[in-house]
Amino acid sequence: MEYFLLFISAIFINNIVLVQYLGACPFMGTSKSTDVALGMGGAVIFVTLMATAITWPLHQYVLIPYGIEYLQTIAFILVIASLVQFVEMFLKKAVPPLYKSLGLFLPLITTNCAVMGVAIMVQRNGYSFFKSMMYGLASGIGFLIALVIISAIRERLDISPVPRVFKGVPIALIMAGIMSLTFFAFQGMAA
Amino acid sequence: MVTSSILVLFLLGLTAAAVLAAASKVLHVKEDPRIAKVEGCFPGANCGGCGYPGCSAAAAAIVKGDAAPEICVAGGAEIAENIAAIMGTEVSFKEPKVAQNICTGGSRANLLFDYEGVEDCRAEALLYGGEKSCGIGCIGMGTCVKVCSFDAIRLNADGLPIVDMNACRSCGKCAEVCPTGAIRVSGMTMDLLHLNKVDDCLAPCMQKCPAQIDVRTYIQQMKQGDMRGALLTMKERNPLPLAVGRLCPAPCETICRRNIADEGVAIHTLHRFVADWEMNSGSRVRLDCNPPSGHRVAVIGGGPAGLSCAYFLRRIGHEPVIFEKRESLGGMMKGIIPEYRLPEKVVEWEIQTILDLGVDVRNGVEFGRDVTLESLEKEGFEAVFMATGAWKVPGLGIENDDAEGVVDAVTFLDEVGESIDALSGKRIVVVGDTNTAMDVARSAARLGADVSALISCIQRKMSANKNEVKRAAELGSDLKFLTEPVRVIAEDGVVKGVEYRELQYDDPKKATGTPKPVEGTETVLDADMVVIATNRLVDVDALKDQNGEPLFEMDKKTGGIKADKTTLQTSIPHVFAGGEAHTGRNIIIQAVADGRRAARAIHHYVTEGEIPEPKNPQLRVIPESILKNMQVVYNIPRIRVPEISVEERRSTFKEEVKGFVEYDEARKEGSRCLRCGLTCYDAEAGAEYAADPDVSRFDESGKE
Repeated sequence: MEYFLLFISAIFINNIVLVQYLGACPFMGTSKSTDVALGMGGAVIFVTLMATAITWPLHQYVLIPYGIEYLQTIAFILVIASLVQFVEMFLKKAVPPLYKSLGLFLPLITTNCAVMGVAIMVQRNGYSFFKSMMYGLASGIGFLIALVIISAIRERLDISPVPRVFKGVPIALIMAGIMSLTFFAFQGMAA
Repeated sequence: MVTSSILVLFLLGLTAAAVLAAASKVLHVKEDPRIAKVEGCFPGANCGGCGYPGCSAAAAAIVKGDAAPEICVAGGAEIAENIAAIMGTEVSFKEPKVAQNICTGGSRANLLFDYEGVEDCRAEALLYGGEKSCGIGCIGMGTCVKVCSFDAIRLNADGLPIVDMNACRSCGKCAEVCPTGAIRVSGMTMDLLHLNKVDDCLAPCMQKCPAQIDVRTYIQQMKQGDMRGALLTMKERNPLPLAVGRLCPAPCETICRRNIADEGVAIHTLHRFVADWEMNSGSRVRLDCNPPSGHRVAVIGGGPAGLSCAYFLRRIGHEPVIFEKRESLGGMMKGIIPEYRLPEKVVEWEIQTILDLGVDVRNGVEFGRDVTLESLEKEGFEAVFMATGAWKVPGLGIENDDAEGVVDAVTFLDEVGESIDALSGKRIVVVGDTNTAMDVARSAARLGADVSALISCIQRKMSANKNEVKRAAELGSDLKFLTEPVRVIAEDGVVKGVEYRELQYDDPKKATGTPKPVEGTETVLDADMVVIATNRLVDVDALKDQNGEPLFEMDKKTGGIKADKTTLQTSIPHVFAGGEAHTGRNIIIQAVADGRRAARAIHHYVTEGEIPEPKNPQLRVIPESILKNMQVVYNIPRIRVPEISVEERRSTFKEEVKGFVEYDEARKEGSRCLRCGLTCYDAEAGAEYAADPDVSRFDESGKE
């Protein structure tokens, strides 16, 4: 039950974009079409999982023993960036089809603040390794859902009569605000 | 503390760097460096116009050898050359293309309902094909504007897309999304060879013209002062505007929508006006030609059909050679059609324009004697266009029809000014109802002869143009309608007269069927010369091989070479036939039209090996384009073209219809054009002349 609640809460109640406001840049930048949004969402889930898997042991077994937790941010950036680079190379060699579909987005989210945010948050909340992975996966799914929803809305907006001054990003921001309000309705449903 | 933090970070960084360095070696994927280089040449719009999903896919295809270096539609010739340099290959010529909107409707179109939905043409088209009653027109929601990645399309005040020719990269996205097909991407070859389709926006005049000339567009261009543009529009369909502007009986004018209101637009006069403008300016408007393709085509016969075919073939890049039996090109236009209808120097100017494109000519070469189909094939000609015309005048088939003094009209007209130069006091009888017969009558009258014409039908049934008959009568020719010769009276083999009798229809009022002789009406007419101008036929004897076997299947109805009606392909696959050699005696614009059809078929034949059937071709007048009710506001009198007086005509061969139309008059005539689309038109056409004293409103004049 606890894991289920954690999962649901990370997706909806504490949605990483719409409630915690992390990763707002790709949320605006890559939400023009649903195809791109799906690719981006997939890449974020993938990288978040990888990042959590490597930063959790780093924090627990390197930073804490040496008492240098204050270096968390810089160490995480370094590790995650190298990791993404490595993964990109690995995919290109080993799984070309996956590289083709994610390839464009991987460098984009090297240290996306949503990825970074998840890595730091699991440490703050003191989750176990398994719980952290769970949280990372759920956050990624939450990101994907938010991104796909707004991209679908923006596709509809493209062919709707929008006042000229609101065309493009302005109306997308307004939509993001309304979506955020909607997601706040989940607040208080679970811990 | 400090040491350990620095150390930890340093080690972390070192590990990451080492892993990445190792990975870059171990996981290295061999990629052709040329792919990146080629991709660097592209504009990077990822427009997909090349047919590959994005620029990197296209680059990979080029390097792999699947695609040619010039596939990028967005990049110009320069980019293709850069890519070819990387690949070490040559760039082959790629014809520039551009998107075009064919709809002129805009706010003129009738509305079926008021659409208030999603602002997208595709969405609107789902509702009964859109709010406009015309199913082929532009919907005007600007979906093409939105999809254009090069910002080359905008909507004008009328809601029609305007393409910026310089910005358009011909990727074809606009044409792909347009639900009605109003916007199309085409290049010169397609523009020149396009055959009208039922879903083109065709005004009645454009449907009726055998050559499918875009009348609406050139009149508008002329009106706006763009004479060069108007001429180029005409030359997209008609390489002989000077001759056609003088000789064409103008079927377009009879179907002109303005006929409902007052009189048809003087399309013929405006055609000649634009063509004369170029000739009078003394310099030729440059015509674009594609670089030589290496395909050689033999054109047999240098008349209108042959010239037209050679012209179109040369412009789209092939290499035609005209073989002409006579000493000069022009066919009937040269020396047969009299000077007062079509002056020789006009014909020479027109032919030179075509030869300047790079068309080769071999004069004095006769088909069957100097060249044969085999010798042409051996010489490397991939296709042959037979345009030998119809020059043979059939005999009368009556007593003494071979007497001295009986000549055929073609010989007569050819000899006028040479062996025939004075006929003063001579009596000449012309037999026939053709334009040629009228030409003979008019030429003979000018030379001082006393001319009678035996015409076997009533005037309205004659095959000659109304104007030509009128002009023959004006010169004092005695036109005997409903008569036919019975026998030629000869003494010692020399013509002395003709006996003729009258004819009558079974029902004189309806005048249908063939008229029958009336017994007892035989009359004798004295004559020094009898000229036969009943018909002109294809000379079948010239179209035989060495063994005397006919080369082609002949059409029984027309007497010409049998050929497919759209491709003009004969029973021999690489031989095409057009003009009078195919249709029998016909009007010049038909020959010009045949030349273009043949050029289209030959182009497909030599480049692709087969000729595609045109889809939905417009073969007859489209019923919905013929309107029953129209609200034309202004009544503007039709232009009057100055002619030289009948008195003056008797003593000179100078051109009868003077060319001097003032630009202002031509513009006013042009403003009578309703700029018709398939169903729409400008009801207020000519509003800028509303204040002129000769312009009235229809509601005032009581009509309508």
